[in-house]
Amino acid sequence: MSVLVDQWSALHDWSRRRSVQNAAFRLGALLLILGGAVVIMVPLAWMLSASLKNRVEVFTIPMRWIPKKVQWSNYVDAVTQIKYALYVGNTLIVTIGDTVGTVLSASLVAFGFARLRARGKEVLFLILLSTMMLPYHVRLVPTYLMFQKIGWLNTYLPLIVPGWLGGGAFYVFLLRQFYSTLPVELDDAAKIDGCSLVGIYWRMMVPLSKPAFATVAIFSFFADWSDFLGPLIYLSKPQMYTLSLGLQFYQTTRGSLHWGILMAGTVLSILPPLLVFFLAQKTFVQGIALTGLKG
Amino acid sequence: MGMSASFGRAAEGTKTRWKLNAGAREEIAFYLFISPWLIGFLAFTLGPMIASLFLSFTKYDVITPMRWIGLENFRIAFTTDPLFWQSLKVTTIYVFGSVPLQMALGLVVAVLMNQALRGITLFRTIYYVPAVISGVPLALLWMAIFNPYGVVNGFLSRLGLKGPNWLFSEEWVIPAFIIMSLWGIGGTMIIYLAALQSVPQHLYEAADLDGAGALAKFWTVTVPMISPVIFFNLVMAVIGSFQTFTNALVMTAGGPNNASLFYMLHLYRNAFSYFKMGYGCALAWVLAVIILALTMLVIRSSPAWVYYEGMIGGQQR
Repeated sequence: MSVLVDQWSALHDWSRRRSVQNAAFRLGALLLILGGAVVIMVPLAWMLSASLKNRVEVFTIPMRWIPKKVQWSNYVDAVTQIKYALYVGNTLIVTIGDTVGTVLSASLVAFGFARLRARGKEVLFLILLSTMMLPYHVRLVPTYLMFQKIGWLNTYLPLIVPGWLGGGAFYVFLLRQFYSTLPVELDDAAKIDGCSLVGIYWRMMVPLSKPAFATVAIFSFFADWSDFLGPLIYLSKPQMYTLSLGLQFYQTTRGSLHWGILMAGTVLSILPPLLVFFLAQKTFVQGIALTGLKG
Repeated sequence: MGMSASFGRAAEGTKTRWKLNAGAREEIAFYLFISPWLIGFLAFTLGPMIASLFLSFTKYDVITPMRWIGLENFRIAFTTDPLFWQSLKVTTIYVFGSVPLQMALGLVVAVLMNQALRGITLFRTIYYVPAVISGVPLALLWMAIFNPYGVVNGFLSRLGLKGPNWLFSEEWVIPAFIIMSLWGIGGTMIIYLAALQSVPQHLYEAADLDGAGALAKFWTVTVPMISPVIFFNLVMAVIGSFQTFTNALVMTAGGPNNASLFYMLHLYRNAFSYFKMGYGCALAWVLAVIILALTMLVIRSSPAWVYYEGMIGGQQR
């Protein structure tokens, strides 16, 4: 009996020690997380603060978080001086044009790779995967020369058309991974009911894959919205600039730059992707997880 | 073979419609479905790659006709272009400085984010937010932050320290870029986090029974189980870091005194500012070979440290 009690109390001690350790660990983790969160938020908070400061106050030491006189006019100036509406419109043309094509074509291609049997499929899929790792810069110059030859410079076509043709290996891969999680029995049942392949794709895969399409659309939106190199080499007329290019143009060509206004412009150009992120957060995070996990 | 045979059979039944057997029809359907990618691959990947290789042996400025110069571009890069070595040095220091830090910090943060704490989803969002910001706005933001009178030096001065000139300092410009890269580890973190959540709980319970502490569990259970994802993140981070461009162009334009002349910036200038298309392609291939070699090195080393379920010593069970 006493042996049993001894053992029990030893076990109890052990588990108490464990739980004290555990509590300490959790407290430490919480403190680290909080500290990290503050460090991460500082640049964003500073940007907001700077966007409301006057020309002199932006860069002064000691710095003040709350501006002496809040300059809401910075935002008005940013919109007018940086030609925000024009650039956002241009960016939307590229972003929507490319994203629609990307989702559509990637979903078709992924269906082929996920569901259809054909000779050469494995090899082609390997090629597709390896293009994901291929540094894009190798193709940069010839692609530019090609678009120049066919007269596409200073049009949005070089930024949109590639999306319609495969839409990027990464998206195809992501959608194929998603399709693979849908049971094949669905296809077989549909086939027996006399459904064609296009029917299976359109009536079953597409409705079931909406969350995955949303992920691809969001990824593509982010990539297009912030793309810089593409617009930089293909667009040289200022009235065609996208937001990224327009911001950089403003920053480099404006004599005696007002950083308060520039920060206001920066806030305004970050806002759309942030908004999309917060609205579609769950879809987005799941999508990232899907790509990382099943590689 | 199967395809032509089935065509033959279809041709025999002249009265009926063309009838292919199911396999052949599926095969044709496959190629139709993937045709957008196939066309895109030929037009925007394979074609340009071959053209790029060809161009790297030529001198071409768009206006005068192209001239074959053999290995001259590569000779120029390795022997007479001092900025080639400078840009390679800058980029290499940046990659070796930032990638290990990104990998380690990303994993630490993911482990923290995997704790069952109240409000953890809010923190996950906070840590991820910087990853949503990229391109020119990100570059402008950090330009302002690293301003000699910006927020970083503001904090340092509060601690009684005089901060360096960051982007205007030859010694501090690359450290500044590395610090900046750590702000955006949210993407890496999320991928790690998903991997952490897929580690079977019973492995930790078994380790508990063996009396393993938190650190032991991390090294003997967590790290091996998520090693494929570490591998994936590592390869992607190396490839991505070598191609740093926007930040370099916007924030420093390669300065001061070429101290932040990233390789891609050097390439971009040669191709699109000086219109040395052939030389640009040669530079692109040199970088591609470097990236490929490093990726291969990582892949080659992977059987030693990447654990795939169902594999023993790199062999399928």
